[in-house]
Formats: sequence, C-alpha cells, structure tokens
Amino acid sequence: MNHGACAPILEEAAGRRKIVLVGNPNVGKSVFFGAWSGMYVEVSNFPGTTVEVHRGRVGEDALFDTPGVYGVGSFNDEERVARDVILGADVVVNIVDATHLERDLFLTLQVIDMGLPTVVALNFCDEAEAAGIVVDAARLSEELGVPVIPAAAVKGRGLREAYEALERAVPGRAHPEVEAQVLRLLDRVDSRPEALLVLEGDAVVAQRHGVAPLGERERVYLLRRQRVNDLVERVVVRPEGSARVRDVLGRLCLEPLTGVPILFLVLWGCYELIGVWIAGEVVGLTEETLLQGYYEPWIREVVGRWVPEATVLGQILVGEFGVLTMTVTYLLGLLLPLVMGFYTALSLLEDSGYLPRLATLLDRLMNSLGLNGRAVIPVILGFGCVQLGTITTRILGSQRERTIATTILNFVIPCSAQLGVIVGMLAAVGARYTAVYALVIFACLVAVGTVLHRVIPGKSTPLLIDLPPMRWPRPGNVARKIFVRTFFFMKEAYVWFVVGALGVSLLQVSGGLGAWQRALAPLTEGWLKLPREAATAFVMGMVRRDFGAAGLTDLSLSPWQTVVSLVTITLFVPCIASLMILFKERGVREAATIWLGACALAFGVGGLVAQAVL
Amino acid sequence: MCLSDMRRGEWARVTAIPDADLRVQLLRFGIADGCRVCCQAKLPFGPLVLRYGGQEIAVGRQLARAIQVEGEGSRA
Repeated sequence: MNHGACAPILEEAAGRRKIVLVGNPNVGKSVFFGAWSGMYVEVSNFPGTTVEVHRGRVGEDALFDTPGVYGVGSFNDEERVARDVILGADVVVNIVDATHLERDLFLTLQVIDMGLPTVVALNFCDEAEAAGIVVDAARLSEELGVPVIPAAAVKGRGLREAYEALERAVPGRAHPEVEAQVLRLLDRVDSRPEALLVLEGDAVVAQRHGVAPLGERERVYLLRRQRVNDLVERVVVRPEGSARVRDVLGRLCLEPLTGVPILFLVLWGCYELIGVWIAGEVVGLTEETLLQGYYEPWIREVVGRWVPEATVLGQILVGEFGVLTMTVTYLLGLLLPLVMGFYTALSLLEDSGYLPRLATLLDRLMNSLGLNGRAVIPVILGFGCVQLGTITTRILGSQRERTIATTILNFVIPCSAQLGVIVGMLAAVGARYTAVYALVIFACLVAVGTVLHRVIPGKSTPLLIDLPPMRWPRPGNVARKIFVRTFFFMKEAYVWFVVGALGVSLLQVSGGLGAWQRALAPLTEGWLKLPREAATAFVMGMVRRDFGAAGLTDLSLSPWQTVVSLVTITLFVPCIASLMILFKERGVREAATIWLGACALAFGVGGLVAQAVL
Repeated sequence: MCLSDMRRGEWARVTAIPDADLRVQLLRFGIADGCRVCCQAKLPFGPLVLRYGGQEIAVGRQLARAIQVEGEGSRA
C-alpha cells in the first residue's frame, strides 16, 4: 500500500501493529495516549509540515496520537497529517466526547466507512452523567457494528477496558450506499480507506493512485450527517436545557463587557506567574545562584587547567559568551524555567477551553491586521518570549497569517525579560513619557499589521471554530503536556542557541563586535541623539534583549532620550535565540527580510521620535 | 435574512450556505440546510456564537453574512 508522505514515521514501526488514536480536538486523546504508552513518547514533526505526531509503544504495538480533526481530508496541515497516519493504521481507536456526539460521530462514521477495524471510546461519560445526558452505549455499538467502551479517561475509567477491546476491533457497518460506491472503486484504488477518500474527492490521495478524484464529497457528507442525526436521535437522551455554571462562565468570557476584564485578569495571572515569579525568583535562583554562582566558576576552573581563558579557544569555551559558560547558563538557567512557565500557562489555558473563546472575543480586532482571532495566542505568548510566540504561529491556518503574525512578533512585541526593564525605566520618567512610548509602539503594531495585510496577497481566513465546554484542567494531563513540550522545545532550540552564541563569541574574539559598536556610533549620536555608549546596548540587545535594555539603565539619559532609546530597543531585532527560531520556522529569505525590516523600523521610528522631540 | 441579522437568543433555520467548501466544513460541525440554530452571543462587529444540540461554534462576521437563515423568533 502506498502511504505517501507518512512512510518515514510509520515505517519506524514496521512489524508492529499500528494503533492510531483518532478524534476531534479536546476529546481526551492525549490522556489515552499517556496512559497507554507510559512515559515512552517520541514527538516528530511530520515530514513537510510543522504538525506534531506523538508516537509511543504499548506492549508489542506502536501507538500513534494524531492531531485533533473534525474529519479525514485535506482542509489543513493537521488533517493531511492525521489522514496519512490513519491510512497506515491497523486498528483505529476513535475517541468521542459523550456530550458532543452530534459533532464527534461524523468522524466516527467516516472511519467506519473507510473499513478500518475500529474501537470507539465514549469519553467524558462522567460529564455527560452530570449534565443528565444519557447515552445508550450498547445500542450505539450495535448501530455502528464496533465495540463502544464508556470511559472517563481523566479519572482512569475505561482506559483498560478500551485497550482490551482492541482484540475485538472490527470494521463497522458502513453506509450501504457509500460502501457500494467504494467497492466499485476498488478495481482502480487498491485500498478501501483510500478508495473512500478518492470518492470524497481527496485530490492528494487520488493523485497517488493515478486516478481522478470523484466529486461526491458533499453527497457522502450529507448522507453521513443524516446518519449521525438519526443515530443521536436513537441513542442519546438529553435533558431540557438548563444553563450550568460553566456555560455561564463560557458566555461571560465571550461578551466584551465581561470578557475584556476576564482577559486582563488572565493576562495579569500569566504575568504574575511568568514575569514575576519565574522570570524573577526562579530564574534568580537557577541562573544567578546555581549556574553563575556555582557552575560557571567550576567549569572555568576545569577548562582553565587545559586551556587558559585568555586564549582565543578559552574565550570561545568559557569566555563572556562562551559555549560552556553563557550558553549553558542561558539554556538551563534562563530558557528552561521560562519555557516551562509558558507551557504551564498555555496548557492551563488550552485545557480549560478558554483559548477558543479568547480567539472569538478578539476576532474583529485581529481582522484589521489581516489575521483572525486565533492569532491572538502567539501574540500573547510573544509578550512572554518571542521565540515561543514564533513557534506557536504554527496553529494559524495559512502561510500568509503565519508570516504576518511572525512579523508582528519580531517587530513590535517586547519579551518579558525586556518588559521588566522597560517598565522600570518608564516608571522613573513618568506617565506622560510612558504614554508617548505606548502610543508609538501601538501605532507601529497597527501600521505593520495594516501594511502586511495590504501587501501580502490573499485575505485572512474567516473564523470558524468549535467552542469546547469550559473545564477544570486536570493536573496530570497538564503536567504531561508541560514535560513533553518543554523537552522537545529544548531539544530543538539548543542547537540553534549554541550556533548563535558561538557566532557572537567569534565576533568578539575577532574584534568584530567592537568594530560594529564603533560603526553604529554615528547613527546613535547623529540620528537618535543618544550618547555614544548606547550603541553597545543595541549590540548586546541582540545577544539577549533584556541585556540591551539593562545596558541603557547604566547611561544617564534625559526623559525624552529614555523614550527614544526604549522605542528603538523594543522595535529592534529580537535576541539570537529568537532569531534562530525565526530562521528555522520561516526560512532564510523571509527571516532575513523580517530581520532587516525590524532593524530599519527600529532606527527609523526611534530616529523620527528623536528628531521630533529632541 | 442572513445569519448575521440574528439577534441574541433568537432561533433560526439554516436555508442556504453558498460556498461548497464552507458547506462541507459546516456539515462536519453538524450544521446543514434545515438545521435549527440559536444565536448564543453576538459580538459587536465580530463573530456570532451559535448553539445547537450540545454544541457551540463561533462564526466570523464575514461568514455569517454569507449564510442564509429563516428566523423563528426567540422561542426555545
């Protein structure tokens, strides 16, 4: 069978039975995956995309967790990835939300129409019970023709039963009319699942088999939708609707009047967690006390026995920007706690069901920047760390939106480390200057977004998202997400970080750093009207953004000079680590454009402000 | 009338979804011609939130303008 692009990931599991978890977003797939695979997890970026596939092992079998999708097809990257993994499955475990069967059974019936051996896990039975929803699992199993296992995965209920049911997995009862058409295609398309996708007009799968896709998608979907509605009618008894606390809360998050204060509360919470506690106290302990206090002197001592620190090699290894000193300290002392903090906030927001509501609340605002509401997530994360924000742009639907969001992040969003220093300096000069600073940065944000919206061809994709119910996040699930994401983030980031630090190190030992500082001075003095030494801050700002801002605090600046320098340093390019991620995510050409653009904007706008007020 | 004309708390029956891709996407979410939906929330100039069955979806204002519905008033 031709698995197309999925081959590399699936082939590693050759010889094992391939169990694939399939389901809509937020149905609890990852809880099943975590419980069955234990801690043995591999995350790979699916070839040619940025979508992650989790792979683990359960007994002798290989277990795959696919991205949450509403159907198997080619609407977006997630679907294409899920489709290819599903096409290679030996057994499909379809996880459905017992409180959302109208939506979830659509995918179930599609999998069953594909003719794959299937088990359905009816998750969130506890929540359904609490809401007074009765689902007749036995009847559903009979109608579908596959085992249906009631479960409440976060409470550990049904996990073992669902696993045991794998032995009883069978192809279910396909829609007779759809099945007849699929069978007729089998002389041209050798596999039944792929034949269904060809029937549904999937161009990619059709091309793999050298046939023309059929245009039956809408008809098949309509038949399937009717069957779902019939099924739900027969197996679900729903009480007459009464608003529950979480429904009310969900609505309050949406209405601007209450939603905006809630948003500020959430942002304040994130700021307290990441900006104050982690960036302050935790990093103070890990970076200053542990790594700079104990580790760096020790490694200098050890290396110093063989290589004197004053030599070029010594500088590269254990100097100011050394691979074994600065790089290690930043990676473990600074980046690791911060990344864990971000993933904590993100996982909590994700699991509570708040993010889609936030996206809805801010959709209108983001539309004017050529984005849709979903883009608010990377932008908010960017305030914590531009690097993470850049990575999170992967959730956006189109390349156009990813480009716009990434550009905004790298141009105008200051990271938390920098924000601390900026807020401190602005507090010292007073409200009037703070307002000017905020206004200039906000104007830049609007201008950058608007210009890109006009210049880049295409238009923003309209918002169409499913709002999951508000739920209390489960500590175990959140912890697992934090661990897995942090681990794979660090695994990806460290190479780029080492390369970047090595570059600066070489620049420094070769004298390039000093030369650049001198070259920058005329710009600093003439155009920005700042003291000559401010140039150092810009160079340092590239290594680490808060260094740049911190460098400014040592200078004696007038209030207006403070505003000019802060505007410039905010708009100036992000730190090396972010830059490395930028190049990795957006490719050399686009990343270089953003980088040069940010430099031009920083000095341009900073200079204009200087010329106007100084 | 179109979806974006609905008021909060109002019920309507979907009568026409013009774009084929959109039709297919909405079918997956459980919305098709003839389906009854309730306007759960309506943000100023922004998206509409629809409720039907146990489900809530947010529809951007542009999309809401394209979807035709037949109003049924605010009865449950």
